[in-house]
Parts: sequence; structure tokens; C-alpha cells
Amino acid sequence: MTAYRHLAINEVEDVAVVHFRNRRIVEDLNIQELGQELFQLVETDQRKKLVLNFSSVDFLSSAALGKLITLDKKVKAHNGALRLCCIRSEIFEVFKITKLDRLFDIRKDEADALAAF
Amino acid sequence: MRWPPSDREALEPASHWVKPTSMCEEPWIWQCDRVIPNRADEGRRVQEEILQKLQQQHWIEGDLFGVRLAMEEALVNAIKHGNARDPSKQIRIACQLFRNRLRIEITDQGRGFDPAQVPDPTKPERLDCPCGRGIMLMRSFMSRVEFNELGNQVAMEKTRTRKT
Repeated sequence: MTAYRHLAINEVEDVAVVHFRNRRIVEDLNIQELGQELFQLVETDQRKKLVLNFSSVDFLSSAALGKLITLDKKVKAHNGALRLCCIRSEIFEVFKITKLDRLFDIRKDEADALAAF
Repeated sequence: MRWPPSDREALEPASHWVKPTSMCEEPWIWQCDRVIPNRADEGRRVQEEILQKLQQQHWIEGDLFGVRLAMEEALVNAIKHGNARDPSKQIRIACQLFRNRLRIEITDQGRGFDPAQVPDPTKPERLDCPCGRGIMLMRSFMSRVEFNELGNQVAMEKTRTRKT
């Protein structure tokens, strides 16, 4: 199994629940690595069901949205499913303004996200 | 204007094009005017300094988030697109904090751009394109966002949200 520097993965049955180690997800060298790690989950580890839990994230910028959109495409291409959860209100506003709340399946908490598979 | 502008001209203080009323009449609490290398870590240092001042003035969490986001997007645009990641270029950050308002001007040494030409990133066919989301977020989270004619300088204002 791949080791991840920016992500912590919990397995709940056949779902990979992903927590972020960085409190802020912004444009710099780390975001490229973080993107690669998210993509590896789908492409190398062949994960089909993913929950991204944002409970530890207080800030993200548009650079992070780009990575999430690419991840969503990769998950769909592998016939998988992606859920997002535990997004604080200001970050949820970012998804709403950019209308990405329509692209992503966003759930209130982890239990909700897991129940949605 | 000569083309391309010299470094000095490109980083000229913003006040020459800003309506004087916005900069002069109201007494400010704090201000800074920094010229920094074209690097994100340098930009974030000034960003943190500004956010710390807002915290000291007890601005609410939601306003701090909005200012952090707008500055992040504007700095990334300046470094990546404006100055094209050129390490020899610089960025100017000028900021004035008033009792109920913050004004930030960020200037790069690039050729500028026309914000009207940036496509709408929320159109379904463009949802997976990386362009335009930063500017859209700046406009949403700040009270006012204006670009100069050349397009190498953005002036953003945030009116403080009163605690209820």
C-alpha cells in the first residue's frame, strides 16, 4: 500500500475515508504532491469509493478546487464514487459561489457520506 | 505609457489612479507598503501580518477567511500569471486599515490582462477548467474589487461585518 505524506486514510469496509494533514490547502509545491496522492488512491490503489473528510481543513483556495475537479474526473473514469463531508461553512461558500456544490456530492458528516454509497 | 513599463513604473503606488477620497479622507489605523520578491512565501508573510492586524481589531472569523482567500488568489495570480513566475520580478502590496474597512492593492510587473475576457468558470462546459475561479472568489468575498487599466494591479476593499 502506498504511503501518503499529505493524507491520512481510514478504511471503513470498502470505502477509503481520507483526512487531510494540512490545515490549509493552497497553491505551492505541496498542492502538487497532494493532488498526486489523491490521484494515486484511484489510479494505483484502485479505490472505487472515496470520502474526503474536510474536518481538519480551515482554508482552501481555488488551486485546491482544481485538484478536486481532476480527482472527480478520475474517480468517474474508474466507475467509482466520491463524497465530500465535514466542510466548514466558509469553505462550503467557496463551493457554492463556484457552483461546484452541484458537481460534488457534499454531505454533512462522515456517517452521512458513508451511508450514501 | 511606454511599453513594456519599466520596473519602477510598473510598481508605481496605486494612489495615482485611485480616487483620492478612498485613500485620504478617512483616518487609517495601520498601513503598510511592501515590495517583495516574486514568491508565495513572501506574499504569505505580508498576508499574515495583515490578518494579524484584523484580529487585533476583532474582525470576525468570516471576514478573516474572506480576506485570506482574496489575498491568496490575488497573490497567486500576480506571481504565476502577472510575473510569470520570474524570480527577478517583484510584487508590491499596499494596505490601509480603517476602523470599518480594509483596502489592499497588489501590483505585479507583468503585462496585465483584461478581466472582462476571463471566461465564466461556473458554466457547465467550463467547470473543469482552472481559469477564472480565483477572480470570482475575490469578487464574492470582498466588498469591492477593481483592476487598473493595464490589468497589472488589483485593488480590493472589505467592509467589516458588524457583530450581531
